Amino acid sequence: MAIELTINGQAVSLDVEPDMPLLWAIRDLAGLTGTKFGCGKALCGACNVHLDGQVMRSCAIPVSAAAGRKVTTIEGLAADGNHPVQVAWRELNVAQCGYCQSGQIMSAVALLERNPNPSDDDIDAAMSGNICRCGTYTRIRQAIHKAAEDRS
Amino acid sequence: MNELRHISRREFLKRTGQAGGGLVLALTFTSGCGRPGPEPASKGAASVAPNVYVNVRNDGIVEIICHRSEMGQGIRTCLPQIIADEMDADWDRIELIQALGDAKYGDQNTDGSTSIRNQFDLLRIAGATAREMLIAAAAAEWGVPAAECSAREHAVHHEGSGKSAGFGDLVDAAAGLKAPTEAPFKSRDDYRYIGRSMDTIDGFAFTTGQAIYGIDTVLPDMLYASIERCPASGGTVVSFDDTEARAVSGVVDVIKLPDPTSPVLFNVLGGVAVLATNTWAAQKGREALQIQWDRGANGAHESQAYRKALEKSATSSGKAALTRGDVDAAFQAADRVHEAVYYAPYLSQAPMEPPAAVARITEDGGCEAWACTQNPQAAQDTLGATLGIDKEKVKVHVTLLGGAFGRKSKPDFIAEAAWLAKQAGRPVKVTWTREDDIRHGYFHSVSAQFLKAGFDADGNATGLLHRSCFPSIMSTFDPTASGPGGFELDLGLLDNPYDIANLQIETADAKAHLRMGWLRSVCNVFHAFALCGFVDELAHVAGQDPRDHLLKLLGKPRQVDPADDGAKYTNYGHPLEKHPIDTGRIAAVVEKVSDMAGWGRALPDGHGLGIAVHRSFLSIVGSVAEVSVDTNGKLVVHDIWMVIDAGTVINPDRVTSQMEGAAIFGMSIALHGEITAKDGAVVQGNFDTYPVVRMSEAPDAIHVHIMESTAVPGGVGEPGVPPVAPAIVNAYFAATGKRIRELPLRNAGLT
Ligand code: FES
Ligand code: FES
Repeated sequence: MAIELTINGQAVSLDVEPDMPLLWAIRDLAGLTGTKFGCGKALCGACNVHLDGQVMRSCAIPVSAAAGRKVTTIEGLAADGNHPVQVAWRELNVAQCGYCQSGQIMSAVALLERNPNPSDDDIDAAMSGNICRCGTYTRIRQAIHKAAEDRS
Repeated sequence: MNELRHISRREFLKRTGQAGGGLVLALTFTSGCGRPGPEPASKGAASVAPNVYVNVRNDGIVEIICHRSEMGQGIRTCLPQIIADEMDADWDRIELIQALGDAKYGDQNTDGSTSIRNQFDLLRIAGATAREMLIAAAAAEWGVPAAECSAREHAVHHEGSGKSAGFGDLVDAAAGLKAPTEAPFKSRDDYRYIGRSMDTIDGFAFTTGQAIYGIDTVLPDMLYASIERCPASGGTVVSFDDTEARAVSGVVDVIKLPDPTSPVLFNVLGGVAVLATNTWAAQKGREALQIQWDRGANGAHESQAYRKALEKSATSSGKAALTRGDVDAAFQAADRVHEAVYYAPYLSQAPMEPPAAVARITEDGGCEAWACTQNPQAAQDTLGATLGIDKEKVKVHVTLLGGAFGRKSKPDFIAEAAWLAKQAGRPVKVTWTREDDIRHGYFHSVSAQFLKAGFDADGNATGLLHRSCFPSIMSTFDPTASGPGGFELDLGLLDNPYDIANLQIETADAKAHLRMGWLRSVCNVFHAFALCGFVDELAHVAGQDPRDHLLKLLGKPRQVDPADDGAKYTNYGHPLEKHPIDTGRIAAVVEKVSDMAGWGRALPDGHGLGIAVHRSFLSIVGSVAEVSVDTNGKLVVHDIWMVIDAGTVINPDRVTSQMEGAAIFGMSIALHGEITAKDGAVVQGNFDTYPVVRMSEAPDAIHVHIMESTAVPGGVGEPGVPPVAPAIVNAYFAATGKRIRELPLRNAGLT
């Protein structure tokens, strides 16, 4: 069936089974591969996107639940790729393999929207749903602080 | 830097007319894959390739071909640093091109922390000979001796005449020349990039979702496959019913794969594949399959019983692999003896990107694959054998790797894609689920080790026996392999650096029941866990400070050669003269890391510091952990200090990030990592049952120091891992007085 939603500001209509996780609709049908598959079970955060501004695990919501709503993926965070969180990530060379970082950035952006000046504990609480097997956690903390400073 | 690159690459694409085609852009632009290596240049050419790693274009861009796989260690940044430095090329006028798998590049197997330690000279030669070729071209143009010319900032200069020409302008003149095969290296003082923390070259792609991994490749008309494999390793399909699977919307085909081979090698693992128009349909169809399995020879494998067998074997008797003096006599003469059994479980590498690959059969009967592979040449071999074609007809594009840790050295998942593409007559993407990854991988060995030491009346160790028992990785290649052997003994066992008069190192047999493979730092993980833990035990038995005891045990600065004690030791493929087991360097690392951690300082109540040091992959890493146990019995790791002596380093920030990552990876091993088997099948399946460290458990800080050194480079990606778990266990003892001899700590109720 056709499901209409907005992805990164563009209205799209996807011909899709309604129970398909949003993740696979984004990746396989909309062709946006920045959103990653890591576990498929809401355990790792690699698939995090924003749904109407809220951070969500796209592997755990059916595409039908996104009908009529606004999805933002890593590709849509900033047209020039220079969202303050992205910039802070690059300045601290956070990424190792980079694979988890789309999801990490989506979580960090959502955190800073709610809490422009988070403490380490706030960061730990907000970011512990995102696994980084390369172990970039201490740099992610620093980068979030940096993005918070740069924005204030 | 990244923005500059980005713009220049975009302009490049515009000029070459490649921009716009979304797919082509995705495949060739962001990760640079899909571009062939340079062709030999001819006169009037648009570019000239002095060697297979460098291609100078007449628009002034120097293309550098990265023949190693990027999996987070930073090689796509470090490799061009070396070549560009020797060439004196400008950093913002290089373009990185990811090489196809091709024997012309030499070794592309990106494992064993080898990229820099084995190829530093090769890469410097690539850069230096390219530089000399451009100098020769300019000298010939200007009619001056080459010796009077020099390269600087992307141009060749002649001081006498004041002439200079950019690299791009020399392409025509160089095209007729033969590149030298040798050239002088720059002196260390003249380095522009080597030793500097250049930003990660893929930083922009990593933060914008543009980076292309194995799982991201898309081809026209491609099918998506998901494969149900036998729960027990080596088992086979007896029969299956695919009626319901085929009824799932989007499912196109169901195909049985060839049964696993013996030895398993890197071949397909059998099972039944569901092919569909998208990943979700393939997964749903797969769930609807009804399959009867024959679990085969490993169908009864069970971890509890296997552990008992390993421990029995380790505590019974062994085969001597190294004998110094007479340990039995030492134990008899000892004032006291101390012994312990250490146990560590199977582990799964669990890279964040599970194995994934795309393959298509080409018009001429060859095969083209895109994959997150650590070893594209092994992929060529395996795909050639799988399809019954020459490896030369197999083209392997290397995407970025979303982590690898040894898993992606094995191209079995690429062979699955290739085989299915052939059957389906269409391109096929195979994506492993996380459960597939954790249940059907190539596992890090489970191990039991027995250690025994004798002391004299002053608490000095006079004898040490270290016996290691684990199923061998060799079983993947030889089903008769019956226990530790070959290179595995070199990994933290035979290279024991301690100054103990009587030393015996032994192995004990163990049969493999899962596919075995290597995981970041391989046998060093469990050997360091046992040895560094036991050495700490000896300090406490002797009533000495663990750090002082460690230094004492290392003894006077000297170079250890296991061959002196009858061992066959290969030192990671390098002569000991070049890469010695130097106890002076090991001790210096111990001193530095303990000083940084404030060893001996007053600690908050309930806190403890633990130390461990280990040499692997020709580098030395020392770790100190500060831990405490909270009121819920949860172990908290507050800080970790890591000091590495890797000789000369290329990019200190990437070395630092590898130490940070190794600290977290080592913590996951210490706290959580455990794969067990029941009825031949792996019990765990996802990050709920196979947890890894998350942000909430990460230390407050990971403090890294790189020892200043002009020595030849050692490895970096792996050596940080081994000392971390024992440092934590030793810190736990310091905090609580309780000794832990098995991993993971969560089995001791600690997390
Ligand atoms: S893929 Fe969605 S949380 Fe892991
Ligand atoms: S950077 Fe590799 S998983 Fe996070």
